[in-house]
Amino acid sequence: MNTSGTSSNVVTIIKPTAGWQLSDFKELQEYQDLFFFLVWRDIKVIYAQTIFGFAWAIFNPLVQIVVFSVIFGNIAKLSTEGIPYTLFATLGVIPWAYMSQGMGASSQSLISGKGMLGKIYFPRLIFPLTPLLSKLLDFGISMVIVLGVMVYFRVSPTWNLVYLPIFFMMMILVPAGVGLWFSSLAIRFRDIRFMMQFMLQMLMYSAPIVYSASSIPDAYRVFYSLNPIVGVIEGYRACLLGLPIQWIYIWPGMIIAIGIFVSGAIYFKRTEFLMVDVI
Amino acid sequence: MNSNNVAIRVEDVSKCYRIGMKEEIQDSMSASVLNFLKSPLRNFKKYRSLYTFDDAAPGKDSNSDFSAPSDIFWALKNLSFELKQGEVLGIIGKNGAGKSTILKILSKITRPTFGQVRIHGRSSSLLEVGTGFHPELTGRENVYLNGTVLGMKKTEIERKFDAIVDFSGVEKFLDTPVKRYSSGMTVRLAFAVAAHLEPEILIIDEVLAVGDAEFQAKCLGKMSSVAKEGRTVLFVSHNMGAVAELCSRVIWLEQGELKQDGFPSDVVMKYLSTSEEKVGSWTRPSDDGVIGRLAWLRKARILLGDDCSNSTIFRFNEKPQVEIEYEIKQKVKELGVYFWIRDTFNNIIWISSDNDKLANSEQIRNPGIYHSVCEIPENTLKPGRYFVGIGITGNPKELVEEEHQNIMNFSISDVGYPLKRRAGVITPFLDWKIARFGEQNI
Repeated sequence: MNTSGTSSNVVTIIKPTAGWQLSDFKELQEYQDLFFFLVWRDIKVIYAQTIFGFAWAIFNPLVQIVVFSVIFGNIAKLSTEGIPYTLFATLGVIPWAYMSQGMGASSQSLISGKGMLGKIYFPRLIFPLTPLLSKLLDFGISMVIVLGVMVYFRVSPTWNLVYLPIFFMMMILVPAGVGLWFSSLAIRFRDIRFMMQFMLQMLMYSAPIVYSASSIPDAYRVFYSLNPIVGVIEGYRACLLGLPIQWIYIWPGMIIAIGIFVSGAIYFKRTEFLMVDVI
Repeated sequence: MNSNNVAIRVEDVSKCYRIGMKEEIQDSMSASVLNFLKSPLRNFKKYRSLYTFDDAAPGKDSNSDFSAPSDIFWALKNLSFELKQGEVLGIIGKNGAGKSTILKILSKITRPTFGQVRIHGRSSSLLEVGTGFHPELTGRENVYLNGTVLGMKKTEIERKFDAIVDFSGVEKFLDTPVKRYSSGMTVRLAFAVAAHLEPEILIIDEVLAVGDAEFQAKCLGKMSSVAKEGRTVLFVSHNMGAVAELCSRVIWLEQGELKQDGFPSDVVMKYLSTSEEKVGSWTRPSDDGVIGRLAWLRKARILLGDDCSNSTIFRFNEKPQVEIEYEIKQKVKELGVYFWIRDTFNNIIWISSDNDKLANSEQIRNPGIYHSVCEIPENTLKPGRYFVGIGITGNPKELVEEEHQNIMNFSISDVGYPLKRRAGVITPFLDWKIARFGEQNI
């Protein structure tokens, strides 16, 4: 770098925050190397000094699937429209595990990163987005279970797989929106952490993870599908099992997910510069 | 290039914080129950008020007073200054003067409540050594992480990687998790990364206040080389020696306002002379703890031999004296009264005892009140601030020995100091003999 004088023409203006704006996703690009290393740090650190390492990413959901299969499949005998219960539960548990972990980590991201928050500037957006990317690795690894179960039950892929990226994106969008809202709220109100605990539990039972969405009466079905998690899980099942995709029950959730994300990004931006002063 | 190129312009910057208000305490059972029930709403209002300052607005253009509600604290009040390219600006002031706040604003970490800052060029801030370091990651991984956190690109770090490792001196442990490092190694590695930042504008907090003396010397050396490269540097410090040495200009902040702006020697001297923390003397508080002792310290002071003006600022070429008064109750053997001097980095510059040159047989002192005086040699201590501690020792130790840490301080001014930017803990004027071969000594 030339330090002898010719300054690059960068002018930074720092002034009081003015009103509502959309988050600056362009700035993120400038900091992509940092973003990359923070995601990578998250990944490296999760299983540091464990014996089983990434096997935990398989073990955790696997246990959950087994427990659900025994309790809800064999004992309670919940109806799953003829889909073997283990297969049914697997396709619910795995995306849900990603979303719940993503929501939890993303909501706490600013609090747990407060050491850095007060010492250096980089786009604050990186904090809540980092866990969403790093947890994708766990998700990817746990797809081994999905594959295994699908092979075991001899499910053959169909053209429905084409739609999978939509639900994959939606699966990231939901915890991203929640994380943006809650991480900036948690800065001021530490109640969020306690709220998260039961909220995640409620959300799990509000979505068709252990039971089938078809058990909801038709009259309430559209209302029910306003919950974006419903759309994600129904979508995953339909894509992977080759069932008809019931878009009418997916659109509402998708619109809500986008709404939460966009409003979250705006809210996050608005509170971005209060964070250090209040944390 | 225009010589008037401004690197940083701070325009009327004010910043306020909400400070905690005392909670009401209820004196009856029913009142406290009611209070408890109302607490969520009150808490909500309280935490909300942390970031709303509608009631604080001093009026942007009116002659603003900063007397707003009592729980609002103005860390900065209409601060304005400019920094030209290539200038090395030091910011000094007491704790709470607003130094860190202005740094945080310049680093984009927080925003001003009023006013604005314009920065021309790429800036990097160093408010801490090793931001983003993770103990589970290896040294190598942390170099990359910390480097990107400080604003370097990955390719840039790759290019400088060997230099960074060289500078840190931890190459053997590069693939060991940092949690297994000694704290010194961690700091060295972290500083090595920071030292290889090459922004146009560098904003540094007193990160030099960590590490051992050798490390601090290295940091200072690096700082002065950065300053000499013609980079724009903004440097906040409590270390007057470092400020006087490194900076081309100094700003003195007091209670969020600019008190003085000018040449380092002028501002630093003025600052030191009005600083209330100066203490040139010490008196034992009302004989406390002397019962049962055989000897104890009574008083101490620092002064210039023929001057009673109580000044604690001395010139580089003056010889201040440390005077210690003490009482001996019974005959004590191996008695020694001593003092030590620390610099602002907490290095002990020396310890000197009044029995250093005495034979054992001469170290017996009879009862009475004594005073021992020692002259601090002139042309030795670098300009800066020094802290003095005193002690007494003798046999039996448990009835004589006592020490009082940092009870006095004094400053050496850089007026007439000829050795600007000389490295070293002290800068003594030593005698040299210069001769040409084939001649007698000159």
